[in-house]
Amino acid sequence: MNRSIIRLFGVVILLFTVLIVWTSRWTVFDATALQNNSLNRLEFFATEKIKRGRIIADNGAVLAESVRAGGGTWTRRYPYGSLFAQAVGYNVLSQSQRAGLEWSRASELLGKPTGLTSVFGSFNGGPKVGDQVDSTLDPKAQRLARSLLAGRVGSVVAIVPQTGAVKVMYSNPTYNDNDLKAHCPPNPEVIGCQFNYATQAGLPPGSTFKLITTTAALDSGRYTPSSIFNGDSPVIVSGHSLENDSNYSYGPVTLTKALTDSINTVYAPLGVKLGGSLMQEYMQRFGFYSVPPLDYPANQMIKSGERFYPGVCGRHKNILLLPVTNSCVDLGRTAIGQANLTVTPMQMAMVVSAIANDGKLMEPRLTSKVVNTDGQVVDSVPPQEYDQVMKPKIAAELRQMMRDVVEEGTGTAANLNGLNIGGKTGTASTGLYKNGQELDDAWFVGFPESNPKIAVAVELTNIPNGYGGTYAAPIAAQVIKTLLAEKQ
Amino acid sequence: MRARNRELFGLIPASLLISAGFAAVFIQRSNQLSTVSLVYGALFLGLCIVGHIFIRVTLPNADPYVFPLVAVLACFGIVMVYRIYGATFARQQAQWFVVGLALFAATVIVFRDYRKLENYRYLIVIGSLVLLILPRVPGLEDPTNGAYLEIHLGSLTFQPTEFGKVGLVVFLASYLRDHRQALAGGRKILGYRVPPLKHLGPLLLLWGIAMLILVFLHDVGSSLMFYGGLLAILYVATDRISFVLVGVVAFAAGAWYLSTHIPHINARVQDWLHPFDPKLYGALGGSFQLANGQFAMAAGGLFGQGFGQAMLTVPGAHPVAYLIPAPGTDMIYTVITDELGLFGGAALLITYLILCARGFKAAILARDSFSKLLATGLSSILAIQVFVIVGGVTRVIPLTGVTLPFVSYGGSSILANFVLVALLLLVSDRARRPEYAR
Repeated sequence: MNRSIIRLFGVVILLFTVLIVWTSRWTVFDATALQNNSLNRLEFFATEKIKRGRIIADNGAVLAESVRAGGGTWTRRYPYGSLFAQAVGYNVLSQSQRAGLEWSRASELLGKPTGLTSVFGSFNGGPKVGDQVDSTLDPKAQRLARSLLAGRVGSVVAIVPQTGAVKVMYSNPTYNDNDLKAHCPPNPEVIGCQFNYATQAGLPPGSTFKLITTTAALDSGRYTPSSIFNGDSPVIVSGHSLENDSNYSYGPVTLTKALTDSINTVYAPLGVKLGGSLMQEYMQRFGFYSVPPLDYPANQMIKSGERFYPGVCGRHKNILLLPVTNSCVDLGRTAIGQANLTVTPMQMAMVVSAIANDGKLMEPRLTSKVVNTDGQVVDSVPPQEYDQVMKPKIAAELRQMMRDVVEEGTGTAANLNGLNIGGKTGTASTGLYKNGQELDDAWFVGFPESNPKIAVAVELTNIPNGYGGTYAAPIAAQVIKTLLAEKQ
Repeated sequence: MRARNRELFGLIPASLLISAGFAAVFIQRSNQLSTVSLVYGALFLGLCIVGHIFIRVTLPNADPYVFPLVAVLACFGIVMVYRIYGATFARQQAQWFVVGLALFAATVIVFRDYRKLENYRYLIVIGSLVLLILPRVPGLEDPTNGAYLEIHLGSLTFQPTEFGKVGLVVFLASYLRDHRQALAGGRKILGYRVPPLKHLGPLLLLWGIAMLILVFLHDVGSSLMFYGGLLAILYVATDRISFVLVGVVAFAAGAWYLSTHIPHINARVQDWLHPFDPKLYGALGGSFQLANGQFAMAAGGLFGQGFGQAMLTVPGAHPVAYLIPAPGTDMIYTVITDELGLFGGAALLITYLILCARGFKAAILARDSFSKLLATGLSSILAIQVFVIVGGVTRVIPLTGVTLPFVSYGGSSILANFVLVALLLLVSDRARRPEYAR
């Protein structure tokens, strides 16, 4: 019998070995797969118990904070609601809904484990607390932008050119991130109220795009601000007649004059002469054809560039943008911001920001630093250079040309005393009519020429006879004035 | 060192474990080390020392490792129950531990000469079968997940199968002591030695009744346990591997039939094979428990998240919703691996394995067949019970609800297993008794 007992024990050892092997399968070898299983809600529940860090504005005002929701869980409160909803976003874990900074800075807000602190933190009985995200946003200027837009669909973006800090990112429509279920009034121009016009709307840039064309012309060394062009109207571009506003003929003009009065019949042939590859090169340097390097959710941003419409130009599939080197792009009309060119207000703010910062484009950012509960800076978010778009000398020439636009050209409405604002207007016809009046997208992009510490892009959508100089320029000027005053 | 002194020293790890365990849970709960954890540790050391003195007096020659191993398991169980269900349940578990010790003492005193159990073997087997039927008696029944496992007596819930298993082992050991020679012999048919029906018949009948009852109760876990115990004792009694093979084949056929014809069992098999199937996962009483047990084990990794760190409930849910249903009973092994990792789980399994090894050692040292078979049966059924539940939650086999002996929350389990240990120590004491004292 003893022999059988020993054998039986052998079987028991075997069975227990199987148990240990299977335990090691789930705890070690297959653990990653189990953790990534879509049914596994452990990580989600763990994050629900973490007190997310606050998001604050550049003046310390609280934009988002956690309040107790019972059972050791937390919910988010947004004291400013719709004013910052597009930028700050929201985080509703139970429905996997998130947007804005709440999404792009989620790991910081949840307090990314950093070495020893997490080990000691686990001994702490209290709730886990995430880090605070200090945003670059300026409540005063943001509120001003909202009041100046006065309910019209459009967007205001203001960037500090030297650091890329986004001071204002406001657009209409907006929504209340405290109440996501609230009714969103139907609007033909936007896809829901959560659609962020500043980063998601692909809009015709109109004449503001002449800044890119001018940059290519000057920085390539092929032209100077005083190069002479023929300003007569109309001209034939891509086989079709192109006119100036009111079909006005300017005669021989300098490039500076052509920008000042936004002469289409100079810029369209100029674009054709510069050629697709040079235009493409400079567009890409400014950030076109890329998602803006903003700390904002990538799927809440679109690339700017020549929009591709299937069937019109070949049968390409799965592409949204066409390089301007493509033969079926109307390069002349692209050079004046028409054709199928679409841009975001954020992209145009980046363009003026680069010109204001001696040609050096800084990556735009919504975060100035990340601070932990002990007040230590966890991440200082240092400014990052995106590209040296043009030589500093060229940027200086461009700024002078843009000063002329505001002083004596299409942008005089932005000419506030003492600010020496330089800029460029844009009036992009949408082809839509309302009560017999053509609807335009009104643009103004600019900066204070003598003290370029802020760069602003303003866009208003579907304004009847909406000249950028009339509608957008005054808004930009006020925002620049407010932000500059705060800096001093 | 003398055996009893070794036992005394063996209790130190148990009380250290419970002190450290409570300390860990306290730190996690209130961020401070309270002296209460030390009080608990001292209290348990005291209880264990009482048990030890009792063994020293009544069973001076018994195996010195069995009681400390049981104490370690029970202490570990109380810490886990405290951590999972809180102080009230831990106190109940501790009370059951005290009652269990008393029952242990009573068993040792009453069955000091355990061989007289043989005289009552038919009473015992009938009693055991009645215990198995009880959960289905109208008025007492209370089905859980489609299985009838518990009965209610006033406010007490009681799992009679836990006691039934001990009774059946006693009967089998006794019956096979008498019939093992006859069963090992028999006429040869087609080269296979078939045991005479006269001796095999009662065994088959008993087995059939037990299985029918369990199928009737839908309690597959216990039936698996009994069946395994029966095969183990039969193998040791007859030394015929062919019995085991025939038994395994019969079991496989039975398992296939049941799993395809009884919806409750079929559902368990489907959950086992496809725990992450969204349909099964979402079904009432479906694979949700099994899948979340696996997620908990995955969260544990090699060393675990630490005592008190596992996520057990849905945060903010009212009333309390457990992520893993039955975290302190059937699924306790997953919580243990979540918090202590693969190492903690393996350490627990090795503790059981050593306990079984001591049981088998007693069987080998025993000098008469009944003692050998009894110790073998008791050790085997303990091992199989651990295999059924740990194998169930780790998806080695389909999950069926049995308790993890001494660790899971539940009075019946602790009491029945203390009776089991008492019998094991009685056998061991007799086996190790010096020749002259016999």
